[in-house]
Amino acid sequence: MIISIASGKGGTGKTTIAINLALAIGKVHLLDCDVEEPNSHIFIKPQINSKAPVYISVPEIDKSKCDFCGKCSEVCAYKAIAALKTDVLIFKELCHGCGACEYFCPQKAIKEVNRNIGFIETGEKGNLLFTGGKLNIGEAMASPIIKEVKNRVKPEMINIIDAPPGTSCSMIESVSNSDFCVLVTEPTPFGLNDMILSVEVLRKLNVPFGVLINRSDLGDDKTVEYCENENIPIIMKIPFAKNIAKAYSQGKPIIEALPEYRKKFIALYENIKERIK
Amino acid sequence: MKICITSQGDSLESQIDKKFGRCLYFIIADSETLEFEAIKNPNLDGMGGVGVQSGQLMSNKDVKAVLTGNVGPNAFQTLQAAKIDIITGISGTVKETIEKYKTGELKPAEKPSVDSNFGKK
Repeated sequence: MIISIASGKGGTGKTTIAINLALAIGKVHLLDCDVEEPNSHIFIKPQINSKAPVYISVPEIDKSKCDFCGKCSEVCAYKAIAALKTDVLIFKELCHGCGACEYFCPQKAIKEVNRNIGFIETGEKGNLLFTGGKLNIGEAMASPIIKEVKNRVKPEMINIIDAPPGTSCSMIESVSNSDFCVLVTEPTPFGLNDMILSVEVLRKLNVPFGVLINRSDLGDDKTVEYCENENIPIIMKIPFAKNIAKAYSQGKPIIEALPEYRKKFIALYENIKERIK
Repeated sequence: MKICITSQGDSLESQIDKKFGRCLYFIIADSETLEFEAIKNPNLDGMGGVGVQSGQLMSNKDVKAVLTGNVGPNAFQTLQAAKIDIITGISGTVKETIEKYKTGELKPAEKPSVDSNFGKK
């Protein structure tokens, strides 16, 4: 089973929900797919026992074979190659590693070489299994790392994915193929605006989802109204509470600081399980 | 000499466009005769790599100098590899820019004037 935790707007509480849900269930696999700003590990503090680099392949040009025909640049969908009259430049940070340039080069002057863009690590904390990814500073492409993290999904376990914010490639990569997605939002105009964008993405991806309203006593009623009109289930509400914020700021899960929340997160899991059936 | 001025329109009277990669038009002109060709920028709506593409276009057109407002790092690297002079900080019309270029008072830039994706904003 794969449950992903996503949100359109950043800072609505994805990681808070992911780690508390994971800890409440106990025996789960938590995957941090927010590889640009991973922070689940701060709360989980797993014992890391393996670390592996992630590579994408980028072209290398043998200029002694190149006749500057420009085919590589022409077929590059990401505009990562400048074919000049007597030189060819590769812009590695624009390259998505698709291999088209190597495939189409008439002179066979291109070969693919590995370029390291980040790493993934796995670890554990009690019976919780943890996998996280980290994109190197200065790199733009998160998806290859997210793919590697998701390759570690354990089909026999409950997998909880902490997704990156937004509705771009990295969010899509993270939530695709989930059995259920918890869409975390806050009842503010920004929260609602960005949530609607995520709803549109999830519908397109055919991922069943429900909305979790965090800081639910702030803002206005428009989020609830929207969900009612769109027949979207509101699967949990968490109030804006100082003791929750305080626990968060100390790197403590809510269910440790406020044990009554353990039951609520287990109820959230039961609710999700019912909906997946 | 064949030079390129980034422009907001397709004539010599047009105002220059301060963006290189995402300018509206490339005016490719002979600085002596003022004969010119206006090319509507084919890369205007590109998602990324626009500086690279526009730089490559300059190489294909055999221009010797590019006169514009700003050039980012990828375009700069491409133009430099193509041995094209890069002159940034230009304002006014295309014609004024050509006149100024001919006096020799415009000096090529030694580094990019803006960061990547500047023209996207």
